[in-house]
Amino acid sequence: MLLTAFAIIRIRNLFSVVILTGLFSLLAAAIYILMDAVDVAFTEAAVGAGVSTVLMLGTLALTTNDEKTTSKSRAVPAAILSIITGAVLIYGTLDMPNYGDAKAPIHQHVAPRYLNQSAQEIGLPNVVTSVLASYRSYDTLGETFVIFTAAMGVLAIIGRGRRRRKKENVERETKA
Amino acid sequence: MKIAEMYIMQHKVVLRVVSKFLIPFILLFGLYVQWHGDFGPGGGFQAGVIFAAAFILYALIFGVDKTRQAVPAWITRCGLAVGVFIYAGVGVATLFLGENFLNYNALAHDPIHGQHLGILLVELGVGVTVCCAMITIFIAFAGRGRK
Repeated sequence: MLLTAFAIIRIRNLFSVVILTGLFSLLAAAIYILMDAVDVAFTEAAVGAGVSTVLMLGTLALTTNDEKTTSKSRAVPAAILSIITGAVLIYGTLDMPNYGDAKAPIHQHVAPRYLNQSAQEIGLPNVVTSVLASYRSYDTLGETFVIFTAAMGVLAIIGRGRRRRKKENVERETKA
Repeated sequence: MKIAEMYIMQHKVVLRVVSKFLIPFILLFGLYVQWHGDFGPGGGFQAGVIFAAAFILYALIFGVDKTRQAVPAWITRCGLAVGVFIYAGVGVATLFLGENFLNYNALAHDPIHGQHLGILLVELGVGVTVCCAMITIFIAFAGRGRK
């Protein structure tokens, strides 16, 4: 994954970069599977490696294939800034409990209740689904609205272009 | 122009045959993930993306116009709203049945059956919206560059 990340930074050809981000997502999906988060891995593989790669390629087809080179004078402040940000992020993770620690706060709050009660209350073998669709259905409703709004936004910005262009063509032809 | 296009199409014969072979299975797998999300990994979101991926693959190989013949614009646009409507409709239905918003216990006599039905409907709503959103966004991008 590190290798892919470095390659993504170094390569100037955006087509290769897009393919490499797809590879990065696939590796991330493999890591999620290793952590037993199959549902998340599923989503990462389908969205990250699949659909978003295709969307990026579609964007590339509309724009240019090569990255603009930034001037060298900006490199030093950028490096300092990213090192500081990285250090702060790593410092933030120092307080976090170890992976799989049963005493971690996230396992103490509502998780035991979901795990113990969902079989009686919902009766589904997949606890992830019962948490997502039943206990946290407000959140999922919100997510659905987010996706709906995203598609609406894309439609509003570029979705109508084709029909308008067609109409313009027809007008041009009738004038000629 | 026409000859060049035919030349390109001839050279994509492997892609065309393989994708024609794969697309039904992708659709079938999407449906499996949709309806089987209660028992295994997956659910509406993943199923919607997989289902949309089949159409996107078709659009990549056979072109946007042919995909638009298979899924007209009005279907995906209506589907976007229908998915959200199903989800929110389940919530409103539970309100009318005398429970809290999105409390599925009211949907059937047995609370567990109600939960099952509610989750199934809600996942269906998510799946429809996600699938239509992905197809819409992809076709909006892909259909833009052509004259």
